[in-house]
Amino acid sequence: MTSLAPPTKQVWWREHIEKGELIWITVVVVWGIIMTLMMPFWHVYGDQNLSGETYKTTPAAFLEKTQAVVDQWTVRTEGQFNKPVVKPPVGADIYLVGRLWDWWPSYELEAGQSYRMHIMSTDWQHGFSLQPANINLQVLPGYDAVITVTPNKAGEYAIVCNEYCGVGHHNMVGKIYVTEGRG
Amino acid sequence: MSNGAMFRTCPDTGLKFHRPAESLMKANAVAAVVFLLVGGFFGLLVGLTRWPEVHLLEAESFYLVLTGHGINVLIFWIIFFEMAVLQFCSSTLLGCRLATPQLAWTAWGLMVAGALINNYAVLWLGNSSVMMTSYAPMPADPLFYLGLILFAVGALINCFIFLATLVIARSERTYQGSIPLVTFGALTAAIIAIFTIASGAIILIPTFLWSVGIVSNIDAGVYRLIWWAFGHSSQQINVSAHVAVWYAIAAIVFGAKPLSEKVSRVAFLMYIAVLQIASAHHLLVDPGLSSEWKIFNTSYAMYLAVMASMVHGLTVPGSIEAAQRARGLNSGLFEWLRKAPWGNPVFSGMFLSLVGFGVLGGITGVVMGAEQINLVMHNTLYVPGHFHGTVVVGTTLAFMALTYWLVPILFRRELILPKLASWQPYIFGLGMAGVALFLMGAGTLGVPRRHWDILFSGAADGGYEFSAAALTMMSLNGMSVVLACLGGALFILIVVGSLLFGRRLDEGAKVGREMIAATPADSAYKGIGVGAITIPGTLAMVFVFFAAFVLYYFINWKYLAETWGIS
Ligand SMILES: [Cu+2]
Ligand SMILES: [Cu+2]
Repeated sequence: MTSLAPPTKQVWWREHIEKGELIWITVVVVWGIIMTLMMPFWHVYGDQNLSGETYKTTPAAFLEKTQAVVDQWTVRTEGQFNKPVVKPPVGADIYLVGRLWDWWPSYELEAGQSYRMHIMSTDWQHGFSLQPANINLQVLPGYDAVITVTPNKAGEYAIVCNEYCGVGHHNMVGKIYVTEGRG
Repeated sequence: MSNGAMFRTCPDTGLKFHRPAESLMKANAVAAVVFLLVGGFFGLLVGLTRWPEVHLLEAESFYLVLTGHGINVLIFWIIFFEMAVLQFCSSTLLGCRLATPQLAWTAWGLMVAGALINNYAVLWLGNSSVMMTSYAPMPADPLFYLGLILFAVGALINCFIFLATLVIARSERTYQGSIPLVTFGALTAAIIAIFTIASGAIILIPTFLWSVGIVSNIDAGVYRLIWWAFGHSSQQINVSAHVAVWYAIAAIVFGAKPLSEKVSRVAFLMYIAVLQIASAHHLLVDPGLSSEWKIFNTSYAMYLAVMASMVHGLTVPGSIEAAQRARGLNSGLFEWLRKAPWGNPVFSGMFLSLVGFGVLGGITGVVMGAEQINLVMHNTLYVPGHFHGTVVVGTTLAFMALTYWLVPILFRRELILPKLASWQPYIFGLGMAGVALFLMGAGTLGVPRRHWDILFSGAADGGYEFSAAALTMMSLNGMSVVLACLGGALFILIVVGSLLFGRRLDEGAKVGREMIAATPADSAYKGIGVGAITIPGTLAMVFVFFAAFVLYYFINWKYLAETWGIS
């Protein structure tokens, strides 16, 4: 009988399986396993993995740490609002605030060097979208997420917000400069 | 009422319609189409605003309309239609009375009220442009959440009525043996819906209480975790429902029977088995979750569901191929497909839905759902591109195709403008495939989703200049949106026009063409295909699909490897 009527054999789980179906099911199962293994494989051999290191904190505490970094390592300010550009030492813990509606402060990093970047929102949810590297992270209030970044190309990068955060969302842009490494 | 008055036997199909159920199906289907019209129109406005040269709306209206678009089409249109599908698959296919029609009307009323209240908050109050996901702590009006809650309660009641109807059918012996495959698919959809709505309640009720000041704080991370248990599994309802519709249409147009009841049913069961925390693939770049958790929950939860869909992707066209071959279209690999009724929108809509769902929605969803690849896709336009492949080309087109059949059978009206109807699935399908492709193209180039102005004309210190290719993608997307909306408008014109002006078919009158194809005799199935393989054409197609899948999957790992190091 068709799919609109009860099966002819009343006990459907005793029906036979087509050979074509068996071939396909085998392929599909193997492929599912390969795809599942790809993710742990990349953790071992790939260079793009999130550690998941996260600390619960408050906006005030996070802002305080950000301010300390700004006070210590700002090399210049720029733009209409004199936004600080911070040039941290290699390997430093650096802090990026996402808030309505900007990313604060700007950074200047060296290509080929690693930095421990803490990202958190102090109000609503935001989306960290680094262009043109196209790295995208969800940014939440209360969650200090640590990502160790290693820029691989010198240039000027923009941080676009790609989680909707109200009417100023499309103007929420930050900056990261990457300079040529010392080799 | 006597039994005769309670039921109507369809002169074309022999299906027994329970009259109260019939009225309910009509009411749900009509509500669905109304919300499709509203949400689809908003989609047009969104597309025109994203088209850089047009940039139609102001920012505030854009975000408002984008919120309305998502909720009206993704929630209201689809779920109203699914309610009609549940009623059809239980009451009509089992020839049984619907349990508690009175209560089903209450459910319908709740859903209509909920949908209206939610739209009132978004469109009229204008303080609820929070997108469909309404991520806390961005607040919406309390009525926004209240509307969704009422709608969900109505849908939940309908799921229980569906189950109760199955129980009645069994105890009153309206059918022999097991329930039909299509009803089985609907059953999985209903079970998933119950889980989904429970998750929705767990998150939306506290959020509602928070919006009126009773609960003091909603944690953003917890909100996302639970919201996506609801948001993800609601997509699993859609998949189960539209796969059930594919099987139904294969039976309607070709008299096809499942290749193997066992394989198809187990594949449906897999959708239920993998529900729990499949929301993980929406949280792959969220803070606070470990990689172990993400990998486990995406792969057990997703790849099993993916496998199930890939199996249906073989068995649905395979059952059509077998039926066509049994009917004598047995030569070569593809005679069965070439000679399929491409001018019949019931078939063409279903087949485009099947191919589009697999290629545009399926492959891309799996790629995006790999833990690390998500880093280069999360919240870009790749995401809406992907789900326009699954939910619009997949679910919506399948429901449209079924509607062309329901107009004469359920509404008893002859279809008007049949020539246009035969074109409609192609126009809509092509337009929407363009939307999916160009959005994903732009997303791959980094263009953010839910963003009014990717030219950053108002950013204080300058924004970011997306590549010319990205802007071209957005223009092409705009054009595709227009084409898709033309297809959508045609659908509504034809369906609403038929309900109002189509020739009325009296109780005993036949449509005059075959409304459910006769099943080829079992003996006709002997010796079809090539050697031991009865469905060589379908197998060839799925292997081409598979090759594309593997290639695209590894291309994206390579693309990921080119960006900054992250650890
Ligand atoms: Cu933002
Ligand atoms: Cu999902």
